[in-house]
Amino acid sequence: MSEKNTTQGKAQKRRSRGRWRALLTPLMAIVTALILGAVVIVVTDTSVYDAFGEGFGAGLLRIVEVVVTAYGSFFAGAFGDPARMVRGLSTWITTGDGSDWVQSLYPLTETLRYATPYIFAGLAVALGFRGGLFNIGAEGQYFIAGLTTVFVGYSLTGVPWFIHVPLALLAGILGGAAWGAIPGYLKAKTGAHEVINTIMLNYISFRLAEYMLDVGGPMARGDGRPVSPVIQPSAQLTQFFPSNPNIRFNVGFFIALLAAVFVYWLLFKTTIGYEIRTVGQNPRAAKYAGMNVPRTVVLTMALSGGLAGLAASHDILGVIGFMPNSFSSGYGFDAIALALLGNSHPFGVVLSSLLFGALQAGARNMQAIARVPLDLTDILQGLIIIFIAAPAIIRALYRLRTPDEGEGAVMTRGWGQL
Amino acid sequence: MNENSKDTRRARTWGIVFLVFAALMLVLFLPGTTGSQRTTFAFDLELSEALPIGSLTFSTQGGLYLLVVLAVFLGAWQLAKGFKQVYLILGVVVLAFVLAFLTWAARDNSMNMTGMLQATLLRAVPITLAALSGVMCERCAVINIGIEGMMLTGAFTSALIGSLTQNVWVGLFAALSAGGLMGALLAVMAIRYKVDQIIAGTAINILATGLTSYFSSRYLQSIPELNRPPTFVQLPLPVLSRIPIVGPVLFTNTAPVYLMLILVAVIHVMLFYTRWGLRTRAVGEHPQAADTLGVNVFKTRYVNVILGGMIAGLGGAYLVLSSVARFDENMTAGRGFIGLAAMIFGKWSPIGALAASLIFGFADSLRTNLAILRVPIPSQFLLMAPYLVTMIVLAGVVGRANPPAADGQPYEKQ
Amino acid sequence: MPPVLELKGITKRFPGVLANDHIDLTLEEGKVLALLGENGAGKSTLMNVLYGLYTPDEGEIFVRGQKVDIHGPGDAIALGIGMVHQHFMLVPVLTVTENVMLGMESIKNKLFLDREVAAKRIHEISEQYGLDVDPYAMVGDLPVGIQQRVEIIKLLYRQADILILDEPTAVLTPQEVHGLFQVIRSLLAKGKSIIFISHKLKEVLEISDSIVVLRGGRIAGSALPQESNERSLASLMVGREVILTVAKEKAQPKEPVLEVKNLRVMGEGAHVVVRDVSFDVRAGEIVGVAGVQGNGQTELVESLTGLRPAQGGAVRLLGKDVTHASPRVITEAGTSHVPEDRQRDGLVLSYPIADNLIMNTYYLPPIARGVVLQEAAIKERAERLVAEYDVRTPSIMTPVGSLSGGNQQKVIVARELSRPDQLVIASQPTRGLDVGSIEYIHSQLIRKRDEGAAVLVVSAELDEILSLADRIVVMFEGRIMDIVPIEKATREDIGLLMAGIHPDEHGADVVATKEAA
Repeated sequence: MSEKNTTQGKAQKRRSRGRWRALLTPLMAIVTALILGAVVIVVTDTSVYDAFGEGFGAGLLRIVEVVVTAYGSFFAGAFGDPARMVRGLSTWITTGDGSDWVQSLYPLTETLRYATPYIFAGLAVALGFRGGLFNIGAEGQYFIAGLTTVFVGYSLTGVPWFIHVPLALLAGILGGAAWGAIPGYLKAKTGAHEVINTIMLNYISFRLAEYMLDVGGPMARGDGRPVSPVIQPSAQLTQFFPSNPNIRFNVGFFIALLAAVFVYWLLFKTTIGYEIRTVGQNPRAAKYAGMNVPRTVVLTMALSGGLAGLAASHDILGVIGFMPNSFSSGYGFDAIALALLGNSHPFGVVLSSLLFGALQAGARNMQAIARVPLDLTDILQGLIIIFIAAPAIIRALYRLRTPDEGEGAVMTRGWGQL
Repeated sequence: MNENSKDTRRARTWGIVFLVFAALMLVLFLPGTTGSQRTTFAFDLELSEALPIGSLTFSTQGGLYLLVVLAVFLGAWQLAKGFKQVYLILGVVVLAFVLAFLTWAARDNSMNMTGMLQATLLRAVPITLAALSGVMCERCAVINIGIEGMMLTGAFTSALIGSLTQNVWVGLFAALSAGGLMGALLAVMAIRYKVDQIIAGTAINILATGLTSYFSSRYLQSIPELNRPPTFVQLPLPVLSRIPIVGPVLFTNTAPVYLMLILVAVIHVMLFYTRWGLRTRAVGEHPQAADTLGVNVFKTRYVNVILGGMIAGLGGAYLVLSSVARFDENMTAGRGFIGLAAMIFGKWSPIGALAASLIFGFADSLRTNLAILRVPIPSQFLLMAPYLVTMIVLAGVVGRANPPAADGQPYEKQ
Repeated sequence: MPPVLELKGITKRFPGVLANDHIDLTLEEGKVLALLGENGAGKSTLMNVLYGLYTPDEGEIFVRGQKVDIHGPGDAIALGIGMVHQHFMLVPVLTVTENVMLGMESIKNKLFLDREVAAKRIHEISEQYGLDVDPYAMVGDLPVGIQQRVEIIKLLYRQADILILDEPTAVLTPQEVHGLFQVIRSLLAKGKSIIFISHKLKEVLEISDSIVVLRGGRIAGSALPQESNERSLASLMVGREVILTVAKEKAQPKEPVLEVKNLRVMGEGAHVVVRDVSFDVRAGEIVGVAGVQGNGQTELVESLTGLRPAQGGAVRLLGKDVTHASPRVITEAGTSHVPEDRQRDGLVLSYPIADNLIMNTYYLPPIARGVVLQEAAIKERAERLVAEYDVRTPSIMTPVGSLSGGNQQKVIVARELSRPDQLVIASQPTRGLDVGSIEYIHSQLIRKRDEGAAVLVVSAELDEILSLADRIVVMFEGRIMDIVPIEKATREDIGLLMAGIHPDEHGADVVATKEAA
């Protein structure tokens, strides 16, 4: 008996250590990407070379200075200044004026606001991965959902918010789902690979949006600018700090958290999720088990598109208030990194989205203060994907041991196989 | 018996398809024309060395009727007797449809056919190079979805180095090296670390977008001299360039265009007639079989993927050094992905890839031509055309396409 | 003179497994050494070590008395060692010549392949050893027996004189096996030496000069064929007395459960591979489908279970037409299906055992209520089946992929046979399993029969069919050659039928003509 207990205890210890190690790899991937990012920043900063001209010590000092300025402004932009928060809070308590306190929260709320569409888009790609489908089309689904959501948002008048908001959200879901279902259908019926088709649909959706919103287009505002009309106040998502117009943090964040819980429940607690995962892991076995594989493929892509669509709904109903012609924010590719970083698990996606939200908020501040181009985030994301996808590199770098691997997501199956 | 009836049913379906094309020509193009309208197809280009042959002017409706009759005839013949080479006839019918469209679009106007063919070839160059890059990688079973990123890297490098040295050839060489470097990155991830190849390619695309945009906004935008590369000059081939139509289209080009055409031929010969080709195909189809005969699977894949990256880099350099003479962020605009579609459409063969790319190039060149002719279709829809064509082609072809058997699977040495 | 090949103390470890434990072997020139053992006994590992695909952890290899290091197939080839792998190492889309010359290409003009020179050498080899083959044929179009010849030519082209044949008879008819043995004898006559790997006792006794038996990675014993018999070799191989026959009562067939009429099915390449097949399976009997692999059995089963569309004919299940029914309809009508490839079709390897056990009941109560999965019910069911069907596993949450082949198959059998079904279709149910698992699965299939189910067993192992079936359906090139009751079945007759020859037609070689496709 005692022997059994100790082996069980060992197994448990091993399992918890495994879980810790499962977190360690993504963490090290992020750290390594940040280090390489710092190298890029330093190498491309001419002031460093000038400083080295004055002497080796001065050069080193300048390197430290550049990195500290860049990442300092980065962290300030992502998380805010604690001292300022304390001061703001004390002003609020002593004078009753909370505006400083609210303003000090601005960076943090920006991180959460950027994280919101990331959660939706990341969930979209993660769900696809679970179903064995690689949705690179979140971007296009986002555009189409933007069109449908903004249309419901501005054209519907005289309805109360509790009807208008859900309708506008639903429009976004349906728009994205329809656009996602197309490559799903093509994959199921003809075997055409969803990667190429989703990318093609991205470009088509950009042109379609351009046509709709172009001056004189069917959805243009009509004042000579290529943007849609502003949505009705009844379609706006509830803002949490209406007193400070800079802060655009809204109820969408919590809708995103709910979406993550829903996706988790759907994937792991329902028969639909069981079908999606089985098709993703082994489509032949799914067929053998009597599942309708083509239908599941279309459903997975539609659900995925619907989630991507919610990202657009959040941005329009909660942040911008209308749809501009140049709407792109690169969510499509970001979402892939998010899903990979979160191991295609809904809660992992939430965590990685918070990280990427911080990256965005921080990088904007970094561009403004340290003059480091915003595109650094793309480089960081590319590196993070490489390190997450090839954990062996990270393990080799830091001499970590190989973890046991459980059910992940299957992705590549060559062209047009199902 | 069963198979026979299936064959005849298929033959009948094709006949009906041909007749549908004929009906479409009647319905779509004829109503907008009048009996007095005339269409002109011109063949001479200004500033061309080719011998002039004049142009062809004909009654718009007459031309349309002629093409409709041709399609009806082919459809009827197919229904009655059936053709042996249905796909060839399908090509003829589609060509007739396209000609009918052009006849309609150029009514009361003139369209330069030589110019359009020339534009078709030029626009097909980067797509063909992307497709060749795909062929190189996938023939040894490495899926390369990072072609877009490799092209972007090549484009950026050629702009920067070309500007610094003011030498097109150095710029071109730099693009080859940069593309090869990206290819090496893909190879290491796919072969050494066995990363899911689509993920690896996507990572390359994101990384390349990030790196080129970052360096572009750090340097190229603030120092314009760094984004002023020279361009290749046209090299008309003596005598050949004087042939009407063919001369201006094929033999009056810049060096990268010739290079692309040569590459298609060379890769075709290499793939099917040399030791390297035999080993590459064996590695792509059955790597274990190759391994047991002492063929180095990993080396073969590394070499091919790096070469594939270089070809993609060449495609990027072409965009910069042959036409626009500057680098813009994301200037590849999906050509890498369209190239992948062309590779699939062309059944993983170099010549097929060129043929498929020419179709995409044609769709692209049509857009500019129709804009000139002021055809009442919003330009955005014409811009969608290549992407739609890609999707249709994929939906129609992939079911019958046979990728290399081991495509996308990392090789695990036992 | 030293032996042509000598292995001394070869040891190979994999994580958690000792695949080869101090193996010594000696091969004399011009002789056949048989390596006998069950699947997983370490035969293939040992040969992969010899061929340079694995590096041994300990031990030495001597070729003609010289100690050698083999780091890859290239080294092995250079030493004159060649291997025909169990799964052929041929590229189907290349020609015979291209396959043979690969890695050792003849070149003309310094760059281009010289196919003519290579084809000429292949032709010479063909003549010399009686290995007739068209050098310009596409390998994928050739029958398996000819493909094996190409594999042997590949070795001779490289001037190998030590030939390793890994399970060469697995895919052959008894008659093709006979042909292969003739080739082996002509190779011996020309001084070649051969290692013959098999788990088939009869063949080993027939062809070998000496026998080494492997069990669990160790040498269990060696024997000379003239001093051994099947029973003694079998007990060496398994480590205990084996019952070579399955104990079962005489069948009591009742009404037909499955009726197949003129069924036609297409294979992968749009060729008809099942041609007008008609038979029935009755309640309370086991019908065995015998045939060499690739004669339409796979497609037949896939069609019967709804995985592959029928092109013509009719299938009736309990009187209901299910010719074009979906897998789910067929399952719900009362069919269990143990698929041919358990890892590809029957399991999701990354799922825990519990989730694999609900694969065709996941949407039904009590496993699901509405769309919500009931975890308690899933666990309860898994605990019960794991105990009942003797699946050896640390826990029901263990991923199926980490179980042994035998336990994986038991998971499938538990899932399929635990349902109260009237029809059981089992395809290659014991392929690659250890003797214990084979006996267990056979007894379960017989239990199912005795409970009144109709059982259809498809197997490429003639012995399995002979010991399980009450009636035998023999397939050749997609047709049913004959349906033979077990009482009248002899190994020789069934073997002839499997080769497309009717034993009662004297003149013997009247092969069923191929229908023009």
